[in-house]
Amino acid sequence: MSIDPDVVTLSRLQFAITALYHFLFVPLTLGLVWMLAIMESVYVMTGREVWKRMVQFWGVLFGINFAMGVATGVTMEFQFGTNWAYYAHYVGDVFGTPLAIEGLMAFFLEGTLIGLFYFGWKRMSPVKHMAATWFLALGTNLSALWILIANGWMQNPVGSAFNAQTMRMEVTSFSEVMFNPVAQAKFVHTVSAGYVMGSMFVLSISAWYLLRGRNVDFAKRSMTVAASFGLAASLSVVVLGDESGYAISENQKMKMAAIEAMWETEPAPASFTLLGIPDVKNHKTDYALRIPWVMGLIGTRSVDTPIPGIANLVEDAKGKISNGILAYDAMLTLRADQSNASARATLAAHDKDMGYALLLKRFIPDPRKATAQDIQRAADSTIPNVPVLFWSFRVMVACGFYFIALFIGSFWLASKRRLDRHRWYLKLALWSLPLPWVASELGWIVAEYGRQPWAIEGVLPTALGVSSVTSSQVWVSLGGFVLFYTALAIVDGVLMVRYAKRGPDGLGIWPKRDDAIPITSATV
Amino acid sequence: MTYDTLRIIWWLLLGVLFIAFAVMDGFDFGIAALLRVLGRNEHERLVLLETIEPTWEGNQVWFVLAGGASFAAWPMLYAVSFSGMYYAILLVLLAFIMRPVGFNFRGKVVHTRWRDLWDYVLIGSGVVVMLVAGVAFGNLFLGVPFRFDSDLRMTWEGNLWDLFHPFALISGGVSLAMLLAHGATWAAYRADDVIALRASRLARWFAGAFIALYALAGWVLANHVKALTVTSLPTVDGPSNPLFKTAQVSGTWFAGYSAHPWFWAAPALGLLGGIGVILTVRRHGLTGFLASSAMVTGTILSAGFALFPFLLPSSLDPRSSLTVFDASSSRSTLLLMLGAVIVFLPMIIAYTGWVYRIMRGRVTLDHVAHSGEHY
Repeated sequence: MSIDPDVVTLSRLQFAITALYHFLFVPLTLGLVWMLAIMESVYVMTGREVWKRMVQFWGVLFGINFAMGVATGVTMEFQFGTNWAYYAHYVGDVFGTPLAIEGLMAFFLEGTLIGLFYFGWKRMSPVKHMAATWFLALGTNLSALWILIANGWMQNPVGSAFNAQTMRMEVTSFSEVMFNPVAQAKFVHTVSAGYVMGSMFVLSISAWYLLRGRNVDFAKRSMTVAASFGLAASLSVVVLGDESGYAISENQKMKMAAIEAMWETEPAPASFTLLGIPDVKNHKTDYALRIPWVMGLIGTRSVDTPIPGIANLVEDAKGKISNGILAYDAMLTLRADQSNASARATLAAHDKDMGYALLLKRFIPDPRKATAQDIQRAADSTIPNVPVLFWSFRVMVACGFYFIALFIGSFWLASKRRLDRHRWYLKLALWSLPLPWVASELGWIVAEYGRQPWAIEGVLPTALGVSSVTSSQVWVSLGGFVLFYTALAIVDGVLMVRYAKRGPDGLGIWPKRDDAIPITSATV
Repeated sequence: MTYDTLRIIWWLLLGVLFIAFAVMDGFDFGIAALLRVLGRNEHERLVLLETIEPTWEGNQVWFVLAGGASFAAWPMLYAVSFSGMYYAILLVLLAFIMRPVGFNFRGKVVHTRWRDLWDYVLIGSGVVVMLVAGVAFGNLFLGVPFRFDSDLRMTWEGNLWDLFHPFALISGGVSLAMLLAHGATWAAYRADDVIALRASRLARWFAGAFIALYALAGWVLANHVKALTVTSLPTVDGPSNPLFKTAQVSGTWFAGYSAHPWFWAAPALGLLGGIGVILTVRRHGLTGFLASSAMVTGTILSAGFALFPFLLPSSLDPRSSLTVFDASSSRSTLLLMLGAVIVFLPMIIAYTGWVYRIMRGRVTLDHVAHSGEHY
């Protein structure tokens, strides 16, 4: 049957909107939860009441965010079934497993312990409560691990093979799926980004209290934790981001070439285009400002391995499409006649490229009847949106370096006990609040929009993954999501700002006057 | 272990997950739906909410896990049911989106209109999930309008309104009455005495309604609903491709009960559980709740047994129907996931039990007036 291109476009739009929205909340949860665990550990070790109050106040803001993360996360799980049913059938055997294990190992842990975090203060000893908080942090982060193992497999589908009898991909080695280098690199990069976000959240709001002269002691302590944790996190997000740069150049050469707007293969070591204006029509980059050697070093960890440019990769794709057509033909033969040995041999030889033949389905119903022109169009369709990737990547990286500078400064001020001395610094810290969200959302765009036209790199084109629903159905659901998500965003934003503004003093967690705090008395 | 044995184990595990969801989260939905019936004023509602707030989130993971496990172990079941019943699933999704924010945001602002708004959001989400789950289950017996092409791409030839067949509506009623009773027994067990008394009275009514509707559903199923039968499966331990078998419309869904008389234990458990609720909930809350859990378990098992070996029968093309033996994941995936379940399920049960132990005891009106505990 033919696939309605409107359904594809709308389903992709819906997935992108709901994923980007979900990703507004998840990284903050990932980072903030460790800071709660750290603060509570200080409380348990020193017995100082002030640290318990810090946990309780940041815990209120954490709870608002956590609820949004859980609410929007269910959408992601549902959507593979509702809107990407053929995807779910085609790769569920491999992709579903990490999702199920995420539920068993991680989400259950966090879902069960989140209640204890809020309701357990008077029912448990401080040590037990602290243990619950640590396991809550572990649960949220393990959850990210399994989701990114699933996502890593979409980027680099290892440990699996096509089965012609069941018309789907099946697991051949789960340990390869689990220890997929792309998944590992993505996990550490993504959680570090979350830790930066959590640190910035605490840093910025605390800076606001200091600017107002409120909750001074509370804010300075919170900022000290944020500065230390943020420094480590911002360094690791850039260093480990570089690691994922290495990983994508191994596995997704096209994405790397698009990020760099590298139209032709350069002699090794390739230069890094710092800035420039990619010209999609003429396949060149205008006003390019290039730094020699850097790209070659980042991408290949060597000075003599070339990084292929877009033109070369399109040529490669044409070869893979031709091989893919052989595999596709053999698959159909085999389906009609299980005993055909030569078809079985052909499929075994070329099944790695069968996904490339499926790219043709966007243009013609039967890939076996492709003309040279169809193959050229399908090969051209493997180029993602170069300007979007080029700029998203650069803004994200610029944010990353800015975070390092800001947290180095914060750490230095904290160690000199001068956090409240410079109003310009406090204002800078306050106004930097949105940047981790900008960087994270752009990171999602680089990783996932940069994967197009593939749902599973080299295996399943996105356009084939959709459900057999009508475009009006997807219009209705997309409209519903936009409506409800906007309403929820407003409520969430109002509550966050309201509770942050009321602050620990307004909520009765902290005395109005700082000198009235029982800093040293441990009331357990 | 043979492939088919693994498939049967995973069929049972899918049942375990749905039963765990219905038993553990079912009372959360019931409490939410009855929030303004059982709770006559803000303090009473705070009591009701606090009986479930510390644990509802973990309970809901049973649902997420059931979804994840069906994606991994029964990918076709997940793909066909979710995309086919598109609007119904989105309605359930909306309810699941509104619950976490409902529980969390409700207490964040002290204003009557704000709290009323979130009360109705929680009530709505509770009713929607109970009702749609029942209607969807009913439709499994009626068959749903889908077929596969040779690429195993599914097409669905029906619309939302087709789901509202009278039998499906009765089934929705069974689910609603059952889970409202279940929620009420929880309130009878955990809420302050004045609310508990009110709840136990309601629980008995709902349990009575459940028994009547369940019997009615059974009678309609035996006399007015046609069943499918598998006429040939190509091979033992064969590949998961539904098109390799043949099936036809014949007989009733009670054929399995005649072949395996011990299946009758399931509906008996459901009915005895319902009677148990009526007899015990007033005097002993916990016993009433356990009887109610038995009622939920027996009911879901009785439906699963009747359908066996079908998971999702097709009304358009019997051959396309999904069965236990031709819709699963590969053998290695089922084996691996079984290992994961064996490792993690006992841990989940252990720490869930620990949390319930910490949170035990009746929530009193006096407590919510002074505790200041909230999300």
